[in-house]
Amino acid sequence: MLTINDLYASVEGTQILKGLSLKINAGEVHAIMGPNGSGKSTLSKILAGNPQYTVDSGSVEYDPGGRSIKLLELDPDIRAKEGLFLAFQYPVEVPGVPTSMFLRSSYNAVCRYHGVEEMDPLDFDVFLHEKMKLLDMDDKFIDRAVNVDFSGGEKKRNEILQMAVLNPRLAVLDETDSGLDVDSMRLVASGVNKLRTKKNAMLVITHYQRLLDYIKPDFVHVLCKGRIIKSGGPELALEVESRGYDWLINPVGGLR
Amino acid sequence: MSEDKNILNGSQLTGDYKYGFYAEVDSDTAPKGLSEDIVRLISSKKGEPAFMLEWRLKAFRYWQGMKEPHWANFKYGPINYQDIRYYSAPKLRGDGPKSLAEVDQEVVKTFEKLGIPISEQKRLSGVAVDAVFDSVSVGTTHQVELEKQGIIFCPISEAVQKHPDLVMKYIGSVVPYQDNFFAALNSAVFTDGSFCYIPPGVRCPVELSTYFRINAKETGQFERTLIVADKGAFVSYLEGCTAPSRDENQLHAAVVELVALDDAEIKYSTVQNWYAGDKNGLGGIYNFVTKRGKCAGRNSKISWTQVEAGSAITWKYPSCILQGDNSVGEFYSVALTNNMMLADTGTKMIHIGKNTKSTIISKGISSDRSHNSYRGMVKIMPSAENARNFSQCDSMLIGNNCSANTFPSIEIGNNSATMEHEATTSRISADQIFYLQSRGLDKEEAISLVINGFCKEVFKTLPLEFSVEAVKLLEMKLEGSVG
Repeated sequence: MLTINDLYASVEGTQILKGLSLKINAGEVHAIMGPNGSGKSTLSKILAGNPQYTVDSGSVEYDPGGRSIKLLELDPDIRAKEGLFLAFQYPVEVPGVPTSMFLRSSYNAVCRYHGVEEMDPLDFDVFLHEKMKLLDMDDKFIDRAVNVDFSGGEKKRNEILQMAVLNPRLAVLDETDSGLDVDSMRLVASGVNKLRTKKNAMLVITHYQRLLDYIKPDFVHVLCKGRIIKSGGPELALEVESRGYDWLINPVGGLR
Repeated sequence: MSEDKNILNGSQLTGDYKYGFYAEVDSDTAPKGLSEDIVRLISSKKGEPAFMLEWRLKAFRYWQGMKEPHWANFKYGPINYQDIRYYSAPKLRGDGPKSLAEVDQEVVKTFEKLGIPISEQKRLSGVAVDAVFDSVSVGTTHQVELEKQGIIFCPISEAVQKHPDLVMKYIGSVVPYQDNFFAALNSAVFTDGSFCYIPPGVRCPVELSTYFRINAKETGQFERTLIVADKGAFVSYLEGCTAPSRDENQLHAAVVELVALDDAEIKYSTVQNWYAGDKNGLGGIYNFVTKRGKCAGRNSKISWTQVEAGSAITWKYPSCILQGDNSVGEFYSVALTNNMMLADTGTKMIHIGKNTKSTIISKGISSDRSHNSYRGMVKIMPSAENARNFSQCDSMLIGNNCSANTFPSIEIGNNSATMEHEATTSRISADQIFYLQSRGLDKEEAISLVINGFCKEVFKTLPLEFSVEAVKLLEMKLEGSVG
């Protein structure tokens, strides 16, 4: 579904990604771990098309179903319409815009792109409430302005609600666990798990192993200084948890 | 991408200003220039009683001794008042009483193109419309039903003839001709506009609406609107305006007076979309307007909502004189400027009565090379015990070449007053746009959502159809202004 080839990317003139390659197939959940500054968030922003980040070289092939798209050439909204979703580490506030209205505009924009009939406000309301049940959200939530005065946990749940509404092919979760207490994390993770299917894929970016107790990955990659230095199964995450990153970054030091 | 955009915004891409057409209408036009003779000519064209002509002449003589004001936060070239025509009316077929059948079909078509059907067969439900074309009203719908309730809704020139007592009592009672340069000019040469009178205890069942259209070249539009809500009455009034795209600047100097007696309420909404000139600032309407309401009675309320999206220059401060005890004044405004537009707009709230309350919510949006200023005054007179004011002035900038200014002024003459003032200036952030784009909204949809949120407190005070129109108007205006 997603093939990243030898990707180099920069932000504000500093190169962050330095030759990153990764392949994700439909039905798989990949986790990316790594120390601060290793390029985890940069990867998510490059994939979603944040204009403040620049691609220096490399390519990303994306297959949302039966055709291959050069992902990096598309505007961010087209990537979203083609089924790519980024759950933000720091969701952005949009004052004055009710969450329900935002979600409907977003859903209908994707419908228009695919030539599917848009959903009217009443039908959408029913649809939205089903999705809200997945995340155990109360009704008032969607009347509030997007992310304005939301707690950290509410912001992250709102991201997953958006994901549930848009039903993406490939979801990138950027440190969705950061700033969450254990209960909120369990809730968010269970929401994510309910959205897991054989047809879609997820890339879970996290600092800590604990999220992966709830969202079980098929593959774990360790990112360091802009490239993947180690890939493995779920056991790699546990190893990182107990031994830290140092043994991977400085193998010699690890022998001490 | 581009193809996709066309599908989404096809209707908006067709032109910068879709009301820029003009109709070939056979007009009865006064010669250029302003003199006592022209004032007399206008008065006689309207068949006015003597008191009206006298008042016009007094205003004219007063105006001759006045100077054009230039304190607004912008500069513009001199206006040659002798190079303007002060009267232009589509010719009627015959001299009989005015009815729509006698109005030039081009005029009727013009209003239909603007989405304002004025023939009774096609009229809008729930809205009574008075359509003003250049200097005259060409049709008012729903008049018969309104009359049954004692509501008078007619062109002001008709009111001068049919209801001279009411006109004489209230005209100039809120905005006297000595008030300012443009009010004096208007008082001398006003040609048409609407008159509404709601009798005691009557709640007007439909929205009353006037649609102003400037068509003729080199003419000015000087309309005058007078709305009186008698004791316990309620009325909601809407005003819309457009003009053809022409390279010359055209002058629009209107006066609107509102009077609310005891327990009465007037809600006045405007969507102003006069032609604003082209990208380089050529052409467009100079919009110098005096709008003021007087809460004359106890517990009365006047509420102004304006969406100002057009005109090369806007100079406008819809205000409230809160004379009656417990009276309430409100001002909700969205002013959008793009290209080279200049806007200096705001309000005045004059608290005279006890327990008077005013609210000011102003949202300014500027883009391209435009300048947008909020100017407001809240004055608490010594008699105004326990007066309250809340003001919020927010500005949003799009791009780096525009400017926004806020000039609030507060004068307090009574220590029991409570005042709150909040002001913010913001930009649409790149983070917001990226966030919304990553949810499938294209850049323009994203911007329009942010702007909608910014203006929400004002839009929600507009009647529903108007609020939809206002949103579309802002989207159209912002088309392409965000790089």
